[in-house]
Amino acid sequence: MIEIQNIEKHFGNNHVLKNVSFLFERGKTNLIIGESGSGKTTLIKVLIGLHKIDSGTVLFDGVDFNAIKTKKQRLLRQEIGMLFQGGALYDYMSVEENIMFPLNMFTKKTDVEKLERVNFCLKRVKLEGKNRLMPSELSGGMTKRVAIARAIVMQPKYLLCDEPNSGLDPKTAIIIDNLIQEITKEYNITTIVNTHDMNSVMEIGENITFINKGEIWWKGNKDELLNSNNKELNDFVFASELFKRLKKV
Amino acid sequence: MTKLLHHLGLYFIMMKKVISKPKNWSVFRKQLSLEMEKVGLNSVSLVIILSFFVGAVVSIQTSINMSNPLLPSYLVGLASRDSLILEFSPTMISLILAGKVGSSIASELGSMRVTEQIDALEIMGINSASFLILPKVIAAVFFFPFLIIISMGVGMVGAWVGGLSTNITTADFMYGLKYEFTPFYISYAIIKTIFFAFIISTVSAYFGYHTKGGAIAVGKASTTAVVSSSILILLFNYILTDIILS
Repeated sequence: MIEIQNIEKHFGNNHVLKNVSFLFERGKTNLIIGESGSGKTTLIKVLIGLHKIDSGTVLFDGVDFNAIKTKKQRLLRQEIGMLFQGGALYDYMSVEENIMFPLNMFTKKTDVEKLERVNFCLKRVKLEGKNRLMPSELSGGMTKRVAIARAIVMQPKYLLCDEPNSGLDPKTAIIIDNLIQEITKEYNITTIVNTHDMNSVMEIGENITFINKGEIWWKGNKDELLNSNNKELNDFVFASELFKRLKKV
Repeated sequence: MTKLLHHLGLYFIMMKKVISKPKNWSVFRKQLSLEMEKVGLNSVSLVIILSFFVGAVVSIQTSINMSNPLLPSYLVGLASRDSLILEFSPTMISLILAGKVGSSIASELGSMRVTEQIDALEIMGINSASFLILPKVIAAVFFFPFLIIISMGVGMVGAWVGGLSTNITTADFMYGLKYEFTPFYISYAIIKTIFFAFIISTVSAYFGYHTKGGAIAVGKASTTAVVSSSILILLFNYILTDIILS
């Protein structure tokens, strides 16, 4: 599990995260929802040290990430898989090389073992046989699936996903959502998904945090979300005509 | 002034991260060979074309300006040799490489930054600065001196061809080329080139690595990298010449 306590973060005069505390549970898909600019991406980047926090604590299974040395932070990061908004695949590497890259860097597996693991991960994301394709030849959904395969190739303990459905059609988005949830259950990992896609929330939202103007405004699950009386949350969740009608029904 | 100090501070922090032992030597060797190709081999044809024609023009201009019959014709070979070895090959070619290689390094790293590829490396627990920049620096420092030596050789061939078109005989040209030759000039040119290679690769990497924003920021980083590298090359050309030759 990942626990954050009293996180504060400023960018200049902009107070982005205000005393944020939360527990992200193992084996569950923990969702952070909120409008664009509410501090979701900053929160996820703060968790893994891409942005330094002004104050507060980030605990990975009890280990204070910001209190350990850079070398130990790098070791801890090897236990984290991250799915970036745009996939962040390396342009000059094929699908196979992208997924194999962490194995080349951190393991002493033989080439055969590495290829076996890559093929297993590709099968897991339903992209068997796409080894030789280059990132420029992939569709948006395929890019995300390759990025998931790369994120899980080292069997991480934590999986962080920054807006995994951005730019995807609803059908592909559901495939990605379900894949993330299946992986979370299968490997019993701590998964954090940062999204503003309400379909995702309804699909996989087990442990939801609503963040607004850098503060946590609401916590709960998807059933509680639909019945909440929190005005800001309702304004966000039921912003679209479709969800407004659903609420009435 | 504050901005300059800010950049200097960030540059040295980045260099501290760059100069560290590679995590995995086989991956590093692969990266290095890729960079050798990108930074060095891909510039050979440009260097050959430029050096040949500049060599030819230098010799023609020298020949035209030495119309006084008291000046021996072998001076065309001597003047071409010295201008190519001392200044054109190390400095001018480095300035051109700052444009070609420097902009390529800055835009590559800048694109990787804005598409979160550098963040992805950091998340995997990789020292991204060392992984991405160190092979580029080593490739440039190792390969640029070879490019400069090629430039000197091809430039002299160009000067000879240019000399022939102004009625300088091969014998006179060759005599001038060998006349009071100082081998140290080659060492001086290579020392300068090594400095310039380090400046081009690290300064361009600095601007690319610290890109913030989107496509426009990548273009801006690339331009700033070339301008800054060129100014620093000219500055260090003056300093090194003063130290080494005087």
